[in-house]
Amino acid sequence: MEKTQNNKAWFLVLPVLIVVAFSAVIPLMTVVNYSVNDTFGQNDFFWNGLGWFEEMISSDRMHAALGRQVLFSAIILAIEVPLGIFVALNMPKKGFWASFCLVLMALPLLIPFNVVGTIWQIFCRIDIGLLGHSLAAIGIDYNYTNDALDAWITIVVMDVWHWTSLVALLCYAGLQSIPQAYYQAAKIDQASRWSVFRYIELPKMSGVLLIAVLLRFMDSFMIYTEPFVLTGGGPGNSTTFLSIDLVKMAVGQFDLGPAAAFSIMYFLVILLVSWVFYTVMTTLDAQETK
Amino acid sequence: MKNRGNAIVMTVYLLFLLIPIYWLINMSLKTNTEITSTFSIYPQTFTFANYITILTDPSWYMGYVNSMIYVVMNTVISITVALPAAYAFSRYSFMGDKHLFFWLLTNRMSPPAVFALPFFQLYSSIGLFDTHIAVALAHCLFNVPLAVWILEGFMRGVPKEIDETAYIDGYSFPRFFIRIFMPLVASGIGVAAFFCFMFSWVELLLSRTLTAVNAKSIAATMTRTVSASGMDWGVLAAAGVLTIIPGALVIYFVRNYIAKGFALGRV
Repeated sequence: MEKTQNNKAWFLVLPVLIVVAFSAVIPLMTVVNYSVNDTFGQNDFFWNGLGWFEEMISSDRMHAALGRQVLFSAIILAIEVPLGIFVALNMPKKGFWASFCLVLMALPLLIPFNVVGTIWQIFCRIDIGLLGHSLAAIGIDYNYTNDALDAWITIVVMDVWHWTSLVALLCYAGLQSIPQAYYQAAKIDQASRWSVFRYIELPKMSGVLLIAVLLRFMDSFMIYTEPFVLTGGGPGNSTTFLSIDLVKMAVGQFDLGPAAAFSIMYFLVILLVSWVFYTVMTTLDAQETK
Repeated sequence: MKNRGNAIVMTVYLLFLLIPIYWLINMSLKTNTEITSTFSIYPQTFTFANYITILTDPSWYMGYVNSMIYVVMNTVISITVALPAAYAFSRYSFMGDKHLFFWLLTNRMSPPAVFALPFFQLYSSIGLFDTHIAVALAHCLFNVPLAVWILEGFMRGVPKEIDETAYIDGYSFPRFFIRIFMPLVASGIGVAAFFCFMFSWVELLLSRTLTAVNAKSIAATMTRTVSASGMDWGVLAAAGVLTIIPGALVIYFVRNYIAKGFALGRV
């Protein structure tokens, strides 16, 4: 749609600007302020320049947390995106069963994050959990509180359980928007199931798929509550992701300077990746409408 | 033949989704002694005691009330401020509109962990700590951008000729917006409200940081079930089941809009 040039539209945006500025800009400036100051307590701050940034960039602790975080997000995307597409392709197209599946699939999305952690804790514990108990019964040595690998598997499975539906619902919506005529044409051309997917369904889903990848990347990169409830970042530090480490540093140890410097770099990483996604998305959008 | 394959995949997937939830419900209907002493896939001594504990103890059920209050407040605030902004983004181009839109989205991307401490200090210093409005405002951080994003998608689908016709007919902007435009994007408002509700309801970190007693959310209440006698698994499970119910109800009411909202609203 052709848009009218009108700078008075700023007045319509003003309420959003005020609310978001209050809840985003002021706190962010506080963080920036902390990141360049040091203190000996009693609210006595003095200028520390980029000291904290230098310290955090070369700190092993942050490298380790960042490494774990990148690995986690990569695993999550590699599992959830293909699985979500696969589930969406298998969903009933309409009628009672379609709504039935929709409602059940949306269910995990609306469970509070810490309850998700609790559910999996109850489900996986060896003493009281169905999964933990069954695995122990068939002789598999599984204990997510002691073994780093088991903890990782549990967290990944939990996240797949929690968020695959989001990818699937998005893809499902994308599939719904494909006109029936496309499929009929494919049938006349005797296209195989794979080429229907490759040349009709996948291109039509690309828009929503990008949103799904963007949302899943952002949210998995910021994950805090679920692993915190399930493992508390342990055993050792093996599941301490960036957010968990950050909260430990800021609230637990009250190391405000380093934590603030850490926050800003963390934020910049997410911003950078999201900007790349966003640019790709809008470029694709523009190409489509041409 | 093909349909049977689809049905099998869906059944397996739905079972994967539902078994952990079933286990939670199962636990909530057992007594604590049964949970720790015997292992069974269904409750042997069926009991509602855990639910009764929660529904009669104010420190538990007030958690639900507090959560509902700030979630509703947040949804109302988010939608109210997002409506005109989304209209502006969908209809006009103005100085810096693209940058502004991306800046809004970046707030959806910022990790709550980054903001937890500054929020605490900000709201403490203006005397809003431990009030519902504090949590509602804090959740605006990610819900307002989201609402703007969704609503803009829906409003783009409404032909511009409608606006022009209304202005020619002598409608003022506010009257046109409320009387004509809002009913046209009603399903968009519904979807946006659904997502605001959802993300505010499931958030723990900020709601826990910003509340202590008076506005304590249910999510925060659930983190304190370790008592002298060890973990109170039964009550914890019952509380978990009760947090799922509002979400399930909301999904049921908007089920026909979900797919549509995902498609049009781009979330």
